[in-house]
Amino acid sequence: MLYREAGDFKTSYRDDAQTFPIAFDRWRYYAVLAVAFGVIPFVINDYWANAILIPFLIYAIAAIGLNILTGYCGQVSLGTGGFMAVGAYATYKLMTAFPDVSILIHILLAGGITAAVGVLFGLPSLRIKGFYLAVATLAAQFFLVWLFNKVPWFYNYSASGQISAPERTFLGIALTGPASPAWAAYLTCLVFCVALAWLARNLTRGPLGRQWMAIRDMDIAAEIIGVNPLRAKLTAFAISSFFVGIAGALFFAVYLGAAEVGESFGIQKSFLVLFMIIIGGLGSIFGSFAGAAFLVLLPVLLKNTLVGGLGWPTDLAAHLELMIVGALIIVFLIAEPHGMAQLWRVAKEKLRLWPFPH
Amino acid sequence: MRLRLSAILAASVALVTPAAAELFFPSLSYRTGPFAAGGIPFADGYADYFTLLNERDGGIGGVRVRVAECETAYNTEKGVECYEAIKGQSPLVIQPLSTGITYQLIPRVTQDGIPMHTMGYGRTSSKNGAVFSHVFNYPANYWDGASIIVNYLLDQNGGNLNGKKITLLYHNSAYGKEPIRTLEELAKKHGYELTLLPVDSPGQEQKSQWLQIRRDRPDYVLMWGWGVMNPTAIQEAINIRFPMENFIGVWWSGSENDVKAAGAAAAGYKSLNMHRTGTDFPLYADLQKYVIGAGKAAGAGDQVGSVLYSRGLYAAMLAAEAARRAQEIHGTPNITPAMMRDGMEALEITEARMAELGLPNFGPTFKVTCENHGGSGMGLIQQWDGQKWNVLTDWIESDKAVIDMLVADDSEAFAKENNIAKRCN
Repeated sequence: MLYREAGDFKTSYRDDAQTFPIAFDRWRYYAVLAVAFGVIPFVINDYWANAILIPFLIYAIAAIGLNILTGYCGQVSLGTGGFMAVGAYATYKLMTAFPDVSILIHILLAGGITAAVGVLFGLPSLRIKGFYLAVATLAAQFFLVWLFNKVPWFYNYSASGQISAPERTFLGIALTGPASPAWAAYLTCLVFCVALAWLARNLTRGPLGRQWMAIRDMDIAAEIIGVNPLRAKLTAFAISSFFVGIAGALFFAVYLGAAEVGESFGIQKSFLVLFMIIIGGLGSIFGSFAGAAFLVLLPVLLKNTLVGGLGWPTDLAAHLELMIVGALIIVFLIAEPHGMAQLWRVAKEKLRLWPFPH
Repeated sequence: MRLRLSAILAASVALVTPAAAELFFPSLSYRTGPFAAGGIPFADGYADYFTLLNERDGGIGGVRVRVAECETAYNTEKGVECYEAIKGQSPLVIQPLSTGITYQLIPRVTQDGIPMHTMGYGRTSSKNGAVFSHVFNYPANYWDGASIIVNYLLDQNGGNLNGKKITLLYHNSAYGKEPIRTLEELAKKHGYELTLLPVDSPGQEQKSQWLQIRRDRPDYVLMWGWGVMNPTAIQEAINIRFPMENFIGVWWSGSENDVKAAGAAAAGYKSLNMHRTGTDFPLYADLQKYVIGAGKAAGAGDQVGSVLYSRGLYAAMLAAEAARRAQEIHGTPNITPAMMRDGMEALEITEARMAELGLPNFGPTFKVTCENHGGSGMGLIQQWDGQKWNVLTDWIESDKAVIDMLVADDSEAFAKENNIAKRCN
């Protein structure tokens, strides 16, 4: 009824090619943005910010980053945790070395540094692919964690190897450190998340994204029609690592405030982000958000329902949480191997025809 | 907006806090994951002591105690989630039982005015109360622990460790790295040769480290391990026939759960402790009567009297005593986190008080002051005989000259990095 193209006339190519061609979709998108920017900052409290929304936004950025590399360009990577660590440690070094420069610039620079490191570790992708590339990126993961553990310069020679984010302000409002108000930390992550998602969406619709997808679908055919694999693969690594680096920087500076490489950026983190994009849907921006929501919000929701709502013992709830999330992952992947994004796509197709399916 | 925010906060606090006055002691426990073997007994002991106070005395100073657990699985992200969930309910003291989570929470608790007690773990330099206003790590910290072991070894070797080879096997995290600086300083002072062997978390892979120990043949192996790392290390030591009496763990590597798997083969293994264990204290009669016998014990109730259960009990006892002290200072039984902080800073544990509580000679005597949040820094050495842990020594002092200098250095650096003005003048 509401959700259909009928009557929604496009008079230019530009209109026809827009991200949300259906009016209802477009309005829903504006409504989400309006709520995220206009309502949530005014009602948010510390718990909602630090336990739910900030981790969700940060993981969404990381998932979009990995989706560019794995979902759009077809290069499997298990180095996400290591690249997040590069972003975090780069921010830390920049923050402590240049305290007068704005933290927002440091976060962007940290993304740039991660992009350079990503390109370096992406070089093997020109020779090897598939599982073999996954193993090469796994080496990046272990090497980077080892490096940040081993070289005390990265953690400013602190006794325990922990890095802690000092307070940094923007327009007089603390964005990092314990004094930062919930809405400021939330808005920082939201601005980065929306800007990067918008960038990712438009990159993947443009020539670069089409090159990535050509490489993903069949690299030899892509090369024959004139796609330069060196350029396509390395740009995918660079842009993906830029996203992941920013996620790591926000994860350390805004969300946790202190981090330790083995615990915060270990191999589990790489798998977690990979699971997000597999469950959410490879090659879909919406899928990255859906996957991040599924793996960040569901455990918190289950915990609050089982322990807070039903008053069950915490250990029982923690075990059940693992079982429920695990079972749901299997159910989702059996029901739709292409992830939640595909479920959403199918739902939209059906909605367009509804209520007359033929 | 500020007004609206605080109104919402106040409303949510009003919702979760029952009308009746109570003292809220949260327990950031971990009963799942690779570190549960340590987390379960501690959480049980912590909860049981407060249950006893409620059942026997009607709480502390006539106000009932509420303990609520939040599962962290030793994971920093979950720890932050737990902290955010409880901080609005005016928790009297936070005890995260994880050095990693402690590092996350130090700035936050200071900002929110909630005291944190990291008993024998956490950031060692938080001993300096002039810089760390809301963090306490009495009765002893990691650097004390490292120094106590070295002092014990000095004692065993006639006061001379020159040319001895000591290997530190440590959990490759903030926790395991803490003692390195002290051991290096002490190596300069006493002339032993220190080798560092990190084990990646959780610590089930130690073959290569023990191969290296077998090749190097160190005189002593010290261990900073936790969770599954401990029994694995002890089994590996047995496998390479390392003399167990030369293998010494920190207080987090010396519980029944660590040695039971190896049983009699682990006999001779030593560890530090910051309190005594066992059920031979008068308190256990009450505990049996009011808590265990009454079916109110936390968890499965199978950990009573074990080393880490005793540690949870000890942590709860110190918290309860600090709350009592706070009630005295402020003249009200309904204390807030800010009052609790004052109570912790004025805490004094004497032998007479411990005997009164039914725990004679259970822990060291100490007094907390504004400058010294770290207590007396004493520990003792215990040894596993294949059946149970036996205390070998009396309380051993740590080398304060070295440690105080290191604490001052590290806390100064922290104060400078975060623009903290010194207190206690």
